[in-house]
Amino acid sequence: MIRLRKLARAASVLTTPLAPEDILALFDPVFSARQLRGVVTKVVPETPDSATIHFRPGRGWKAHKAGQWARIGVELDGVRHWRSYSLSAPAGEDPAITVSDMGAVSGVLVRNTRPGDVLFLAPPQGDFVLPEHPRPLLMLTAGSGITPVMSMVRTLVPHRPDADVVLIHSARRPEDSIFREELSELADQFPNFRVTHWFTGERGRMDFGSAAGLDSLCPDWRRRAAYACGPEGFLDDAEALWAAEAAAHPKDSRSARAEGATGPFAADPVNLIIERFNTSLLAGEGHDGGLVTFEASDREVEADGDTPLLDVGEDAGVLMPSGCRMGICHSCLLPLRAGQVRDLRTGEVHGDPGQLIQTCVSAAAGPVNLDI
Amino acid sequence: MTAISDRTAATTKSTAGVSTDKPAAKPRPGALAASGRPTVRPPAAAHLSDEQVAELGRELDAIKDEILAKRGASDAAYIRRVIKIQRGLEIAGRATLLVSRNKAAWVTGTSLLSLAKILENMEIGHNILHGQWDWMRDPDIHSTTWEWDFVTPARSWQHTHNDLHHRWTNVVGKDNDVGYNLLRMDEDQPWTPRNLGNPLYNAILAPIFEWGIAVYDLELVEYQEGKKSKEAMVRDLKALGVKALKQFTKDYAATPAVAMLTGSGKQALMGTLTANAVRNVWAHAVIFCGHFPEGTDTFTEEMVEGETRGDWYVRQMIGSANISGSKFMHIMTGNLSHQIEHHLFPDLPSNRYGEVAPKVQEICQRYGLPYTTGPLLKQVGSSWAKVFKLALPGKKA
Repeated sequence: MIRLRKLARAASVLTTPLAPEDILALFDPVFSARQLRGVVTKVVPETPDSATIHFRPGRGWKAHKAGQWARIGVELDGVRHWRSYSLSAPAGEDPAITVSDMGAVSGVLVRNTRPGDVLFLAPPQGDFVLPEHPRPLLMLTAGSGITPVMSMVRTLVPHRPDADVVLIHSARRPEDSIFREELSELADQFPNFRVTHWFTGERGRMDFGSAAGLDSLCPDWRRRAAYACGPEGFLDDAEALWAAEAAAHPKDSRSARAEGATGPFAADPVNLIIERFNTSLLAGEGHDGGLVTFEASDREVEADGDTPLLDVGEDAGVLMPSGCRMGICHSCLLPLRAGQVRDLRTGEVHGDPGQLIQTCVSAAAGPVNLDI
Repeated sequence: MTAISDRTAATTKSTAGVSTDKPAAKPRPGALAASGRPTVRPPAAAHLSDEQVAELGRELDAIKDEILAKRGASDAAYIRRVIKIQRGLEIAGRATLLVSRNKAAWVTGTSLLSLAKILENMEIGHNILHGQWDWMRDPDIHSTTWEWDFVTPARSWQHTHNDLHHRWTNVVGKDNDVGYNLLRMDEDQPWTPRNLGNPLYNAILAPIFEWGIAVYDLELVEYQEGKKSKEAMVRDLKALGVKALKQFTKDYAATPAVAMLTGSGKQALMGTLTANAVRNVWAHAVIFCGHFPEGTDTFTEEMVEGETRGDWYVRQMIGSANISGSKFMHIMTGNLSHQIEHHLFPDLPSNRYGEVAPKVQEICQRYGLPYTTGPLLKQVGSSWAKVFKLALPGKKA
């Protein structure tokens, strides 16, 4: 590794201003000096609307923990878009994401990805991971929320004889249920892994209104460390149930905590770990400007919808890069962290996290966070 | 028409403008005026009314919007293909120079490397550094991350070129690209005896063009005049030192050193020297064809005061000149052969300029504006004629 780095430094004498990786990329697209990349090795269709994409990541990727997600960059009509996807492969194996077609980016991933394609990557992250010490687990998933949990099941169930996992998975119809066959096979093979499929097309939405519903599916749910992943409403319901239980039986939860031989988990709301898909911090959209946050400079300013962010920053004493101040020289580009901006030239409101914004011709359209 | 009467007109006009036209909201600094006219409209456009200029602006905006709507995967594929070809040429050229004791290898290696360097500077570097490909959001092909095979650091060049030259195109006293502080390239620049050396300076500049630009980008005049801080100067000098050392080492030390293994050290050095000189002469020629040939106008500061979007477009068109030729020639000039279109839309992808050109030419024709173009040799000859002519004292006719 160290020798490689020395070799690269020596080679860069001949490749400057390019990096040796830029030359190697001619032969293997996984190489890049600036952007972690992966090459798709296999695409497996799961349901009519979902597929698992296996990839070989370049140097700089770190092995994922079961349950983590990664930011994946995909090009749509030449423009790079970033989205976060859960990794479904077990820990210790080559990474794979399972994607459900729910929008423009995921649609392209599910339908147009072929082996050999390049994916742009950010290293895996996330705290939705297995407990450090063995515990009985309850997994509550709905729709594509099964994806990170699948990684956990695949990591745990076949390799740990002491695993005790109950999975309750909700999907609309059997044919929409991702990993259904593999889950059934695992349940047949490993007695300590129980799976309940709940098809909302037949039985309606799972009822978290009272404990009774869950009691019938998994009587000892209160004693288990629970993981939930699914749509917003599903997670809110689960959270409400755990909170209500804790409020109704404060003593029980304390005693459960006392009995619990291991770890920080106990039958109370902290016992429920939740993974939300919707990670957008601010979805500002309007014509009235908003609060502009200069993150690295630690400054916040209320801005109207007609003042360029460049001026807003300068007035606030932020060291803003600037140039022509009329939108042609691109000297003022700053990465957008969150929120949306209005192009003062066209009136177009746009903004994806990470996108570089021309601050001299962009105004706040709602709250905006800039990386400076 | 004397300068004095122009200026008088200017004062009255702009005072009137401030009292009546000033919008309620604070205008963007540096923003173009929403309506009205510059204090003085350039002579070539003097026949146009404010409404005509505004309409011309809208027509050009529409041309831009049309391209923006089309821009996509095929454009992205284009720039990636050019980059791939360029890197292939670069590797092949440099590798061949390693055995350049053989004469055929020397000629091949030097040619390939010259070609690679020209492509890198013109169609790739110049255009990426303009932000023409920023829309792809690819950090590997982006104006904020790109560094080029040219002595001057990309960031320094972006300031003097993208910001100063493109904003103030051909405004004497604001756009130092009018002569690069070295040559007298406009009648309005006062003559001094040192201008007698104009042709000599230009002949010396051509083969070492990249070093000339590197020095130019330091903005020594601004520093002397106190417009550039000492900190900025030190920072720029350091950046240039690092960059120049790397460039020098690659071409004049590392490549010949490796070539010495085959006994081709001296030949490889001659090869890289030649390739850099060829690239420099070519870049110098193309760039001089952009704003100096007969038919291009220069402007006074009064002509940009109160400039609207339409007037800004007019100035870009009548201050620039194209080069006609084959598709290969256009690529080798980095599409600066479409200098007029490039100055109108500096951040549109270069592969689209050819498509835009006939529409721009048609607009110029319809509005009675000059659209200067000609084959390379004619345009080079025309700019050299100016270099010679302005070596001698003389005012605008």
